[in-house]
Amino acid sequence: MRELYSQLKQLFPLGELTEQRQDLAFVTVPQEHLRSLLLHLRDREGFTHLVLLTAVDWLEDNIFQLTYLLTNREQQRTLGLRVMLPRDAATMQSIHDIWPTAATYQRELREMFGIAFPDSPRVDEEFILEGWIDIPPYRRDFDTLKYAEENYSQRPGRVTHDPAEHMKQKLYPGGT
Amino acid sequence: MKEELQKRVIKGPDGVEFEVEPLRDYYCEAPPTVMPGAYIQIVEDLFNWARAESIWILGFGTGCGAIEMRPLMTPRFDAYRYGVQWRPTPRQANLLMISGYLSTKTLKRAIRSYEQMQSPKYVVGLGSCTINGGMYWDSYNTIKRLDDYLPVDLYIAGCMPRPEALLAGFQDMKKLIRAGKGEGANRYAENFDWYKANQKRVIHDWDMPDYSW
Amino acid sequence: MEFDWMKIPYALLTLFIVVNYGFLLNALIQKIAARVGRRYGIPIWQNYVDLIKNYGLRSSITHGAMFYLGPVFRLSGGVGLLLFVPAIYGSYMFSNLSFAGDLILALYFIFFGTLGMALGAGESGHPYAAIGVSRGLSQVTTSELPLALAVFSVALQYQTLSVTEIVAAQQGGILNWTLFTNPVAVAAAMLSFLGSMMRPPFDVVLAPQEIPIGPPTEYHSSYLALMQTNRAIFPVAKIVIYMNLFFGGASDWPTFFLKVFLIYLWSAFVGVVFPRFRVEQSIRWFLIWAVPLGILSILMV
Repeated sequence: MRELYSQLKQLFPLGELTEQRQDLAFVTVPQEHLRSLLLHLRDREGFTHLVLLTAVDWLEDNIFQLTYLLTNREQQRTLGLRVMLPRDAATMQSIHDIWPTAATYQRELREMFGIAFPDSPRVDEEFILEGWIDIPPYRRDFDTLKYAEENYSQRPGRVTHDPAEHMKQKLYPGGT
Repeated sequence: MKEELQKRVIKGPDGVEFEVEPLRDYYCEAPPTVMPGAYIQIVEDLFNWARAESIWILGFGTGCGAIEMRPLMTPRFDAYRYGVQWRPTPRQANLLMISGYLSTKTLKRAIRSYEQMQSPKYVVGLGSCTINGGMYWDSYNTIKRLDDYLPVDLYIAGCMPRPEALLAGFQDMKKLIRAGKGEGANRYAENFDWYKANQKRVIHDWDMPDYSW
Repeated sequence: MEFDWMKIPYALLTLFIVVNYGFLLNALIQKIAARVGRRYGIPIWQNYVDLIKNYGLRSSITHGAMFYLGPVFRLSGGVGLLLFVPAIYGSYMFSNLSFAGDLILALYFIFFGTLGMALGAGESGHPYAAIGVSRGLSQVTTSELPLALAVFSVALQYQTLSVTEIVAAQQGGILNWTLFTNPVAVAAAMLSFLGSMMRPPFDVVLAPQEIPIGPPTEYHSSYLALMQTNRAIFPVAKIVIYMNLFFGGASDWPTFFLKVFLIYLWSAFVGVVFPRFRVEQSIRWFLIWAVPLGILSILMV
C-alpha cells in the first residue's frame, strides 16, 4: 500500500495515508483531482470494483466527507478515497460514466444527505423515501426523535429499562 | 403526483381524443359499507366456523417478521394442518399479516392490499414494532401504532415472535373468529374517515384514490 | 331414439358422488405430497371448509360479464366431461348420457374449461392473469396433441367412437386392456396426462411464487368457490376417460374409486419427484417425447 501511495503521490496532490489493515487504506483527495485519480486507479492500477460510495456528515466542521471505496480483486486490497465538500450547497461531479453503479449511490446520497450530483441519471427521482417533506434525514442536524414525535402518534405507556440501570437496581437495591 | 396519474387528454389509435383521469377511471372510489352477517344465526355460525378453520394469509411480508413466517410452511411447524394457507393475491386472502415494522412507504402498499381483500378480513400485527414501534420507536419513517391505520384484530408480541408464538396466535385468531368478533372490515367501514385521516397524516404524497378496490 | 328422462337424475347422482370423491381425493393427494416432504399435511376435509368459507364471504366484485362466465365455463367443462362418458360400465344408473360419438365430445370438453378460463381471466385485466392464461393455453395445446393422437389410435384399433363400446371391447381379463393391446398409445396418453393435471413438473401455469396463482389472480369468494368445485370434478372426470379408454373401465364403484386413485397417484408420484418445467421446456418436452409416441401408436395400429 505504501508503495502505491508514494507512486500516486508523485502524480496527484494527496493527503495523509491512513492504513487500517494490511489490505485497507484511506487517503484524502481534493475534489477536482478525484476523477482523474479514479480513472488512473481503475485503468492502470487494477482497482476495477467500486465497492461503495457513501457520505459522512461532519456537522461541527461544516463539511461532508464522501468515501469512494475501490477494490483490486487481483491483489485483494481496498483503497478508500475521501473527498471533503463544503456542507453548504454541497455539489459533487458525477462518476456514473466510470462505474454505472455509482448512479444508484448518488441517487441515495442526493435523497438522504441532499448532496447534488448534476447530470447523474434519474438523480432527482425519489429513491427510498416517498413524499419526504423535511430536510434530508441523514443530515445530523435533522432531529429524528422530534420528527417521529411530531408525525407519528405514540402508544402511551411505553417505558424504557436501561439494562445497566435495571441490573444495578436489582443487584444493589438502595445502594450505589 | 406522478405524471402517469395526472389528468390528461389522450389521442386514441383511431384519432379520437378523449380525457383520461387515472384515479377516477381505473378505480372504484365508493367507500366501504358495513356488511351484516347472514340473517339466520346458525348460518352465520357455520360460516364463522369455516372462516376460522380456513384462514388464508396474504403473502405480504413487511419487516423482519416475513422471514419468521416461512418456517411455518416447513415440516417442523407445518401450519397447513391447522387450515392456514398462504395465498399470493389479496383477492383470495382473508388475513393480512403485518409482519414487523411498517415504513410509511410500505404502509401505502399495505393499505391498498388490505382494501382489495374481500370482507370479512382480519389483520394481525406481528412483533413489538407494530404495537408501539419497538426498537424503531424514534425512527423517522416507521409508524408506531398499527391500529391507528388498519383495524387490527390481534397482536402477537415478541421481537420477533417465534413460529410457535405464531401458531398460538392463529389458535387465538380462530377463537376470535368463531366467537364472531372478527369484524375488522366493518369497524374499518364505520370509522372510515378516522382511519383515512390518520393514514393521510403520515403519507405525505397521497397519490391514490381514497378507497381502491 | 327415445330419450330416457330417468337418466338425468341418475347422472346428477353420479355428479354428486364424483364431487365428493374429488374433494376427498384432492385432499388425499395433497396429503400424500405433504408426507413426502415430511409434513403432516392438510386435514382431509379442508377442501370442504375452504369451499364453505369462500361461499360465505360477504363481498365480491366483478370485472364484467365474461368475469362471471369464466368460472361457469370452467365448471361446465368439468361437468360436461363427466356427464357424457359412462362412469360405470354396464350399469344403467351410472352410464350417464353417453352416446355413439361421445369420444370426440369428451376431447372437446377437456379443452373447453381452459378456454373459458382464458376469457374470464382476460376480462379481469390483471397482467399476471394474462401471463398465466398464455402459458396455460400453450401448454394445454401441446399436451392435448399426444392425447388426441392416442385417442385416435384407440378409436382406430376398436373401430368405434363410442366410449361404451371401447370399454366393452376391453372386458374379460386384464390382458384385454388397451394398456396391453396398445401400450404405445397408453404411454403417449399418460405423458399427456401429466401435463393437464396442474401438478409439477407442469404447474408453471399456476406458479404461485412468480405470477401470483396465474389465471385466477383476480378471482375470489363465490367465483373461486365455483372453480374449486371444478377442481374437484375435472381431474376425476378426466381420469374416468383415461380409465375407460386404457384401463378397462370400471364395473362397480369400488373398482372405480381404486382405479381413479391409482391413475391420479401416477401424476402425484411424478410431481413429487421432479421439479417444475418452464413453459417452453414443457412444450419442447411434449413435442419431443410424447407426440412421436402418439404418431407411432397410430402407425402401429
